Amino acid sequence: MGDVITMDDLTNEEILQVLDNARSLLPVAKGEVYLPLLQGKVLGNLFFENSTRTRMSFETAMKRLGGEVLNLSSVGSSVSKGETLYDTMQMVDGYADIAVIRHPNQGAAQYSADAVEIPVLNGGDGAGNHPTQTMLDLFTIREAHGSLEGLNVMMVGDLRYGRTTHSLSHALVRFGAKITLVSPESLKMPDEIVSDLKNHGGDINETEEMSLSIDSADVIYMTRIQKERFPDEDEYNKVAGIYKLTKDDLSDAKAEMIVMHPLPRVNELHASVDSTRHARYFQQAFNGVPTRMALLCRSLGVKVPKKVKK
Amino acid sequence: MSEMRRVTAICNGTAIDHIPSGHALQVLKMLRLDVGRSNPISMVMNVPSGKMGRKDVLKIEDRELNQEELDRLALIAPKASVAIIRNYHVAEKRTIELGSELINIVRCSFSNCITQNSREPLPHKLKIISAEPMEIRCSYCGKNQDINEIVEFII
Repeated sequence: MGDVITMDDLTNEEILQVLDNARSLLPVAKGEVYLPLLQGKVLGNLFFENSTRTRMSFETAMKRLGGEVLNLSSVGSSVSKGETLYDTMQMVDGYADIAVIRHPNQGAAQYSADAVEIPVLNGGDGAGNHPTQTMLDLFTIREAHGSLEGLNVMMVGDLRYGRTTHSLSHALVRFGAKITLVSPESLKMPDEIVSDLKNHGGDINETEEMSLSIDSADVIYMTRIQKERFPDEDEYNKVAGIYKLTKDDLSDAKAEMIVMHPLPRVNELHASVDSTRHARYFQQAFNGVPTRMALLCRSLGVKVPKKVKK
Repeated sequence: MSEMRRVTAICNGTAIDHIPSGHALQVLKMLRLDVGRSNPISMVMNVPSGKMGRKDVLKIEDRELNQEELDRLALIAPKASVAIIRNYHVAEKRTIELGSELINIVRCSFSNCITQNSREPLPHKLKIISAEPMEIRCSYCGKNQDINEIVEFII
């Protein structure tokens, strides 16, 4: 029950509860207060694929709450000797109280959760899901707009392989968002996801043109075209650099509109945006800490106090 | 009944009627009756049917299909009627029901799914999202499966 593999594992009420807890934990996330809620607990940080923010923010989240972290990467472990994911997970089940897994194969997180007793959090599985990223994205949006209800959200870039947009769009339609999906034809959101979004009553609009929707957006969610997920380089070169958001593009944007990006960025989000009031991506990356703290507490059944005293 | 008489009655075994026209060969494959030593099988294809316009019929001698085989059948011919024949009479009628999940019947076709590693020991699991139109999704990676190709991925 503590598993978070896709956004379907959390009800809307649970999402809001986790976001409330994340807000309460902000002083702890910033290191202003030490609150050892997870003392004696061990997190298995299992990264079979590269990560900067997810791995580091989970580690910080656990440590700031007094817990310990075991790190595993595929290089230098039995994984490089051909160990199955099932066998690796049996070890982790014995060594840790909770696990975060990132894996290049889609479905690896659900598979891991089925293989062990401890709760498993999906830190990104291939081009599948990335629900803890979604939680920090929702936290960022809610902090900026005060609510998650009925927002106009534009997602731009690689929507085919971009797992962050898969999980985020699933969550946002449940809060009545209007979503504009902007991508080249070859990187469109997978059909099964679009069909799910529409079945949930989502107001979904798909287009290849970015500029038309900027003025009406409450959130612009940029994503990187991920070279590493393309089967061949020619296909990548056809679409690389197709979208570039600059400060000038935002001249008629709503004042409270925020620009987000799961990072790393390449050239789809120009540095000129950094100095605008809209830029929220570095804040977004920090928000991974309080949000993941709240998720760790939820999965481990640890209650978060409503007010954390400084 | 006239189309049923195109093949002789069987003494013992299973009769599968109302298979969608042209799908009998797929059904044989799905039931793994198309390879190796097998029981005598009679097949008629594209015969007129009051219910379906055209249909296929299979009669498999000396073999009573079990529940797992009926689950497989449900993927291709969810509306087929199955009769167990004993001593030339219909001894039992079995209904085909598409459950909510297929376990170790079909494997996921998606090349990047974790279940593609044949050494991974957990069962292959596919969820039935909807029966009409048939929509099936891998329980691990969430990818929709192409129903027309599903027979190629039976385990």
